[in-house]
Amino acid sequence: MQVVCLGLSHKTAPVELREKFAIGDAHLGEVAVQIASVPEIGEAVVVSTCNRVEYYVASEDAAAALTVLTRRVGDPSVFQQMRGAESIRHLFRVVSGLESMVLGETEILGQVKKAYLTAQAAGTTARHLNKLFQRAFNVAKEVRTKTSITRGAVSVGSAAVDLAEKIFGKLDHCNVMILGAGETAEMTARSLQSRGAKAIFVSNRTYERAHSLAEQLGGRAIHFDEWEREFHSLDIVIGSTGAPHAVVSREKLVPLMQRRADRPLFCIDLAVPRDFEVSVNDLDGVYLYDIDALQGIADASMQVRRSELARCEEMIERHVAEFSEWLATPRTSMPMGAQPEEAK
Amino acid sequence: MERWFLNASTLCFLVGFAYTMFALGAGVARPSRWNFLVMLTGFICQTEYLHQRGQAVGRCPVTNLFEVLVFLSWSVVLLYFVVGGTYRLSLLGTFTAPFVFLIQTLAQLLPSASLPAVQKVSAGFWAELHAAVSLMAYGAFALACVAGVMFLVQERLLKRRQTGGVFQNLPPIATLAAATQRVMLAGFVLFTLGLIGGFFAGSARDAIKMMAVSVWLPYGLVLTLRWTHRYSSRRFAWLSVAAFIVALTSLGALSFFHLNK
Repeated sequence: MQVVCLGLSHKTAPVELREKFAIGDAHLGEVAVQIASVPEIGEAVVVSTCNRVEYYVASEDAAAALTVLTRRVGDPSVFQQMRGAESIRHLFRVVSGLESMVLGETEILGQVKKAYLTAQAAGTTARHLNKLFQRAFNVAKEVRTKTSITRGAVSVGSAAVDLAEKIFGKLDHCNVMILGAGETAEMTARSLQSRGAKAIFVSNRTYERAHSLAEQLGGRAIHFDEWEREFHSLDIVIGSTGAPHAVVSREKLVPLMQRRADRPLFCIDLAVPRDFEVSVNDLDGVYLYDIDALQGIADASMQVRRSELARCEEMIERHVAEFSEWLATPRTSMPMGAQPEEAK
Repeated sequence: MERWFLNASTLCFLVGFAYTMFALGAGVARPSRWNFLVMLTGFICQTEYLHQRGQAVGRCPVTNLFEVLVFLSWSVVLLYFVVGGTYRLSLLGTFTAPFVFLIQTLAQLLPSASLPAVQKVSAGFWAELHAAVSLMAYGAFALACVAGVMFLVQERLLKRRQTGGVFQNLPPIATLAAATQRVMLAGFVLFTLGLIGGFFAGSARDAIKMMAVSVWLPYGLVLTLRWTHRYSSRRFAWLSVAAFIVALTSLGALSFFHLNK
């Protein structure tokens, strides 16, 4: 029995092609049934995410299985063909996040698990793919826990959120204000919201823009000349105005901080020119991070992840060898859909 | 045999100390079950040592500075376990091991460490309770000091934007500030109870009472300033360290007075 994979990903195909071949969640089981019902193919799992479309099958005749699959997708030139150890290695790398657009991201593991469970529910998996996917999930767990491949924030937004959690712990009691209405500020605010930030205020020179963004975020718009009135209740301030000079000076912040009853203030400065005077970081309880500092954190985390690649690949290689050996061991095959003896 | 348990516990804390140094150096300091197990083994050995020592001297084993320091380090470890899962999961345990190791090593280097245990007359229930509870309060003050140091380290890293290594594994500064305050409050309550016990015992000299009050007052003042938000978390953390130095100095002086009573 051999494992075969036919797939395309963000590495091999642009988004126009990926969206053409993408399969909706509702149809994954149905497609897997169609593939598994072909005599040359024993078992099938179909994975489809925004970055990849992949067909994993188990077959006695790998060449015939690949022919069936390429015929099915219609345009084989954009698909990568893998068989044997290569396809096993590929699956282990995918679930471990090594093939992801952002190295080490963990969302893919959940997506592959979901695809596998769909195939299992549709009855298109049996001994070989069950064993393969279970092993893949174990490999992903091992790689995540024994290396730093998922460690640290790798984007400006997630770096800001991680820092906020290092200051406040849980963010569910934190109020956030966006000064200006830049796109990165909006994304950062959304990330903070996804981690539980309580309330979002948006203040912009153009009130309509503030109102529109506040509506999208489920927050409250504030006139730009009134943002200081809300200051006492704020925990996180994101600066992203287009002002040519600092909007928040040390002189302005000192009296405002005195009204805060020893609550720390996290200032995220995403604006260029910067919205916060550098010296506000010297104030007790104020933590200022500008765009370069946040990007530096993201780059350092990515560097750590890259440096862990070799260790991850070593772990994966060991599992590939073990699984290939198991696959090569002759055993009586159980026909598709057959129930185990004890279940009859 | 009793000394064997003390040496074993010191060894456990040394292992914890070495682990902390290694983890900090490698930037991988993180709470681990292994570290917890080392602390637990050390605590069991300490408890057995104090139990045997208590039987040998026929009272609560706080009759000289050596015993006082061992009892203090036992109190620190006990509080580390009692304070709860939240802090145990943080690096508090990792920072507690070196602290306890240093106190216990210092204790074993004292001249009184080599004195044999001699059966002594009980100082009476209130006096012994006063001593034990006061030392547990010192344990809490020590733990507040440890949490304060952790706060200062994490705060400094945040300000300097050094977000790698140990920063990743230290708890949020808000959690550390809350832990420092809570543990210091627990220590203050225990110390107050110890003081009341001391007054009931009625045997203390005025100088000893003065020294006890000289610990009680600064801690009371620091906590009041904290509750009224007069001091920032950073200043509060510095004060938790400073107040503990005052408390340790006073403990040394108290032991001196007891020995010369």
